[in-house]
Amino acid sequence: MNKVLNVALIGNPNTGKTSVFNALTGLNQKVGNYPGITVEKKQGICRLNRTTKAHIIDLPGTYSLNASSMDESVVVELLLNRNDKDFPDVAVVVSDIENLKRNLLLFTQIKDLEIPTLLVINMSDQMKRKGISLDIERLEEKLGTKIALISTREQSGIDQLKEFLIDYRQLSVQAIIPISSIDTDYFSNLATVFPNQSLYKLWLVITQDINFTKLERQKIEDATNYKTQSESQLKRLQQKETIKRYQFINTALKETYTVDREKATDYRSRLDRVLIHRFWGYVIFFMILLTIFQVLFNWSSIPMDFIDESFSRLSEATKAKLPPGVFTNLLSEGIIAGLGGIIIFIPQIAFLFLFISVLEETGYMSRVVFLMDRGLRRYGLSGKSVIPLISGTACAIPAVMATRNIENWKERLITILVTPFTTCSARLPVYLILISLVIPQGSFMGFGYQGLTLMGLYLLGFGMAIFSAAILNRILHIPSKTYFVVEMPDYKLPLLKNVIITVVEKTKAFVLEAGKIILAISILLWVMASYGPGEKFTKADQIVQQHPGAATFSPEQLEIEIAAYKLEHSFIGILGKSIEPVIAPLGFDWKIGIALISSFAAREVFVGTLATIYSVGNDQGETIKNRMAAETKANGAPLFDLPTGVSLMLFYAFAMQCMSTLAIVKKETNSWRWPLIQLVGMTFIAYISSLVCYQLLA
Amino acid sequence: MTTLDQIVKNQLAKIIAVDTDKLPFKLIEMGCLPGNKVQLKQLAPLKDPMYLVIDGCHLAIRKETAKHISIEIIE
Repeated sequence: MNKVLNVALIGNPNTGKTSVFNALTGLNQKVGNYPGITVEKKQGICRLNRTTKAHIIDLPGTYSLNASSMDESVVVELLLNRNDKDFPDVAVVVSDIENLKRNLLLFTQIKDLEIPTLLVINMSDQMKRKGISLDIERLEEKLGTKIALISTREQSGIDQLKEFLIDYRQLSVQAIIPISSIDTDYFSNLATVFPNQSLYKLWLVITQDINFTKLERQKIEDATNYKTQSESQLKRLQQKETIKRYQFINTALKETYTVDREKATDYRSRLDRVLIHRFWGYVIFFMILLTIFQVLFNWSSIPMDFIDESFSRLSEATKAKLPPGVFTNLLSEGIIAGLGGIIIFIPQIAFLFLFISVLEETGYMSRVVFLMDRGLRRYGLSGKSVIPLISGTACAIPAVMATRNIENWKERLITILVTPFTTCSARLPVYLILISLVIPQGSFMGFGYQGLTLMGLYLLGFGMAIFSAAILNRILHIPSKTYFVVEMPDYKLPLLKNVIITVVEKTKAFVLEAGKIILAISILLWVMASYGPGEKFTKADQIVQQHPGAATFSPEQLEIEIAAYKLEHSFIGILGKSIEPVIAPLGFDWKIGIALISSFAAREVFVGTLATIYSVGNDQGETIKNRMAAETKANGAPLFDLPTGVSLMLFYAFAMQCMSTLAIVKKETNSWRWPLIQLVGMTFIAYISSLVCYQLLA
Repeated sequence: MTTLDQIVKNQLAKIIAVDTDKLPFKLIEMGCLPGNKVQLKQLAPLKDPMYLVIDGCHLAIRKETAKHISIEIIE
């Protein structure tokens, strides 16, 4: 019979916990969210032997069970709730050899919950270089557990971990620190009020107001009310507890863990001297950013052009091969065009997450936080805002989620509010197509105008983010405490496996999550452009033919005229026309209006929309760009001239045109207030700047 | 006796007391406890934050946080 064992991986950040998870599960893993919150939930399956499988959960990294963020409280909630279907049969605490002492704090806490607990000591490959020696057997004895010494880099020790997991019943569930020893009076009092309850669990609940299971909720409500001590007294008790735990850990490590400083090579100090140097630190950071952008644009344009062309050919071929009809049109103009609009983003998203995961894996990201903190603080941001702002160049959604490690609420809120100004990858296709249409090809001092414009738009996005942060910092009066504590981990070579898994996961998430919306909108748009109310749409052929001068049209010209007339009187045409008066001062016509409306769902839809609009009735199979260039105003001049193009780019740079971002901001701020402020504020800024720009240039 | 924000580069000090009401608890859990040693590795280019080694743990905190930690300079 097959047994399934629930295993929870728990550990401090930067211990390589995810590497252990990846080593155990490989690509056999699933990433989702915990219900109702945006904390990432990673789970996977690992076969331990012929009869036993392990269901492994990679819990968010935490330094202790005293949760100070949503990610951390997920850990505590699971470990306190025996009725949760994921409640672990065995907890695996992952630690790293260098910071073993600090890692053991969490271990002692988990063990005190009386859950069978295993200890993994990771990065054993570092022992020699750091001059560390370890007496595993004695340490196992002192900690009352089994220890798997592993190296995910050298792939060693994983099998031993699996064996320990199979034999988990042999692990002791003896608590380490008798919690009552911290304050005998307080805890004996507590024990009289709540007999038959684990004092340590009660203590955890009292100190952090966490939810419990239905079954025990009533008792817990009583417990949270049971704060006979003031908050600051409780904090002092917590400190006392921490000191007790460290005393235990120090005794356990004293004879079992030795560091020979003579033998250690300190790469961290050497690298830090350069990487966070007052001058070279910034130069290196700038060079890294430059490289990322270069690769993002130059390298990914090759697969992107290829995808663009393949899809336009596929659409054409579908139309030619299948019998004409509604279904063929839906397939070629709606579905295939829509799919192309999703797949075209894959190269860029993959490259960006490749870089972000490499920077995080190496430990460099913490140095960036350290370098940038003081400079950004003056604008109400934090050094930790750098990661969201940089991630925002891929997509605001993961970027807003990445603000979660900013502990100061005001800094976090400002970061969330301004992040959508950074140029996300969805804006990129809009920019690329507009730049190629309206910016001349010449060059200035060896730099092409087009490239410079693109760089300018990125800088504009960052500039606007910083500028609005400074203003928000003045306006918002939110009292908040500083909680800036950043670990500076040792530098490591990134593990290829981790990087690949991150890239695959993030790309998959984009294709599945955003892709659904994009495809749905593409189909909706096709329907709206292919149907219309009243006779003007259904009898378009006759109306155009009766038009004076229609007799002189060639058959081809006539067909084009009919298609254009149909589009104008389709549902989408009517919608676009109705907003034309509002957007005409910005230099936009009703077709751009349609694209604006549809891109409120997601910006990347813009190009797809124009493609759909212009491909309705277009059998030439031309690329989107050529179709757009052929568009003219009433007077025959090209529609996409410099003033309209620039005005449109500014609009896209500033406007909040992404439903998904609004949804995630609502989730992260827990109120509609902030996303609404974002929507109104950003759209207002966009409208005004486009208006001014167009009126000046035209 | 002084506070941690006054420490200079490469100076070694001993933590005397921490203000548990003002400090993030995470810092205490990372080893910022009375009796432990602390050393300033580096100041960020704009003089803040501070890159410290507290009881063998490498971390960065802001000066305004460091103010709430009393220390005694050893060398």
